[in-house]
Amino acid sequence: MNMRTPLKNVRSLGSAKEGADHFWKQRLSAVANVFLGIWLVWLIASLAGSDHAAFKQALGNPLIAIGLLLLVLSGTFHMRLGMQTIIEDYISSEGRKIVLLMLNTFFAIAVGLATTFAILKLSFGS
Amino acid sequence: MAHAEGGSAARPRPTSPHIQIYSPMINMMMSIIHRITGAALYFGSLLLAIWLIAAAMGPDAFDQVNVLFGSLLGKIVLVGYTWALLHHMLGGIRHFIWDTGRGMEIKTADMLCWVSIILSIALTTVIWLVATGVIGGAA
Repeated sequence: MNMRTPLKNVRSLGSAKEGADHFWKQRLSAVANVFLGIWLVWLIASLAGSDHAAFKQALGNPLIAIGLLLLVLSGTFHMRLGMQTIIEDYISSEGRKIVLLMLNTFFAIAVGLATTFAILKLSFGS
Repeated sequence: MAHAEGGSAARPRPTSPHIQIYSPMINMMMSIIHRITGAALYFGSLLLAIWLIAAAMGPDAFDQVNVLFGSLLGKIVLVGYTWALLHHMLGGIRHFIWDTGRGMEIKTADMLCWVSIILSIALTTVIWLVATGVIGGAA
């Protein structure tokens, strides 16, 4: 039987050694998202209703393709951090939490990679 | 703690009041909506992914997705996505201001919250009026 108080157990472990790392990454990607997000709204507004040929031509512009790639990187990074916080806040069961945190990472990477592939394919034009 | 021995059943620990105890306040509502819009944008990222992947698959898939997005339900979802994006963005900017330690007085904090909800709705309205050609004349 463990006679230690929870506080004693925590003290022996020390800090998680992560400090403000999560907070900082969240804010860093948030700053990028503000600019890239405004640009995305403009891009979608100017591309909405265009046919496939025009869409492909726009994506062929390296600046547009690079902008979208940056947005996908920053966006999926940011949303993974945000969902991680939500899961850690509301899921108390340790097993379920770990599974959901894994799925969170898988989802962010899958969305990021699939979108990146689509952008590159459209931009390189095949 | 000194009286813990003797096999008496542990008293339930005091708990701090949780959200259901408070009447809604604007900064609290905006905080909750910030999280909800964040979660919505998380799954909404699929919309951008589907659009781009369909375009990469070819004209047929691209046309099908455009028809889907252009339907009434599609438009409602896209308007909601636009608002969620703008609201989350403005909420983020509000948090940047608070991160510097400024605007923490209750009056200012509440004012910033009202600005973000009003501005997000106004901007969403303007963007969609422009996009649908009601203002400006873009097709």
